[in-house]
Amino acid sequence: MLALSDYLALSALLFAIGMAGIFLNRKNAIVLLMSIELILLAVNFNFIAFSHFLGDIHGQVFVFFILTVAAAESAIGLAILVVLFRNRDTINVGDLDSMRG
Amino acid sequence: MIEKVIFYVFAAILLMAAMLVITARNPVHSALSLVLAFFTSAALWLLAEAEFLGIALVLVYVGAVMVLFLFVVMMLDINISVIREGFARYLPLGALVGVVMVLQMLLVIGAGVGEGQVSLALADAAAAETAGEGNNIRLLGSVLYTVYVYPFELAAIVLLLAIIAAIMLTHRRRADTKHQDISAQVRTRKDDRLRLVRMPSEVDDER
Repeated sequence: MLALSDYLALSALLFAIGMAGIFLNRKNAIVLLMSIELILLAVNFNFIAFSHFLGDIHGQVFVFFILTVAAAESAIGLAILVVLFRNRDTINVGDLDSMRG
Repeated sequence: MIEKVIFYVFAAILLMAAMLVITARNPVHSALSLVLAFFTSAALWLLAEAEFLGIALVLVYVGAVMVLFLFVVMMLDINISVIREGFARYLPLGALVGVVMVLQMLLVIGAGVGEGQVSLALADAAAAETAGEGNNIRLLGSVLYTVYVYPFELAAIVLLLAIIAAIMLTHRRRADTKHQDISAQVRTRKDDRLRLVRMPSEVDDER
C-alpha cells in the first residue's frame, strides 16, 4: 500500500530538480519558465497527495486554481519572451540589463 | 503491491524526464521531456484518485501550454552555444542546492508525517464520508460551484486577463503593411478629397 511519504518524497525530488534547473539554466529564459512549471507540478503533487490521504477534496480545488494561474502565467511569460526576442534578438537573461542603474 | 510497482515505475520516468528538462542541450528536447513529465504526473494523479485533475493536466498542460511552449521555442532562433555557457560553472552549485533541499525535505517527511501518521482518525472519518459520494468529478464540482464559486469566477477573470495581456503584448501594427481603415474611409468629406481650382480659360494662339 502506498504511503503519504512516497508522494511527498517524489514531490521533494521534483521540487529540487526544478530548483537546480533554475541554477543551471540561468541564461535560458525558456528553460527557466519550464523549471518553474516543474516546481509548480511538485507543489500540486503535495496538494493531491494530502487530499488523497486525508480524504479532503479541498486540496484538489487548490490544484485546480494553481493550474489556472500557472497557465495564465506561462502564457504571459511566453508573450513577454516573444516581445523581448523581437526587440533584442536574444533570450539570454544576462543581456537584459537595460534597466541597470 | 501492484499499486506500488506502478507508482515507482511512473515516478522513475517522471524524475528522469524532469532531469532531461533541465539538462537537455536543445530547448525543443526540454519541452518534449516536459510533456513526458506531465503525462506521467497525470498517471500518478490518477493513481491518487484525482481523476479530473489528471485529465485536466493532460488537456490543459500538454494540450495548450506545452504546445505554446513548443511554438515559441521553434519560432525563436536561439543561439544554443551562448545560452549554454555557464552551465558547467553552475553545475556544482545547482547540484549542491538540490541535494541539500532534498535532504531537508526528506528529513521533515521522515520525522513528522512519515508512514501516513497525519491525523489518521481524521483521515479515516473523511475517507469514509467521501467514499459513498460517488465519483471525483461530482465531488469536485459540488465544492467548486458552491463554496469556491467566487474564486472560480476570479480564476476565469485571471484567464481573460492573460488572454488580453498576451494579445496586447505580442500584437503590433507594422508600418509597411497596407491595410484598409474603414472608419476613416466612411468619415471622409468632400473637402478632404476634392479641390476646386478657379482659373482663366486658356486661349490657344497657335491656330
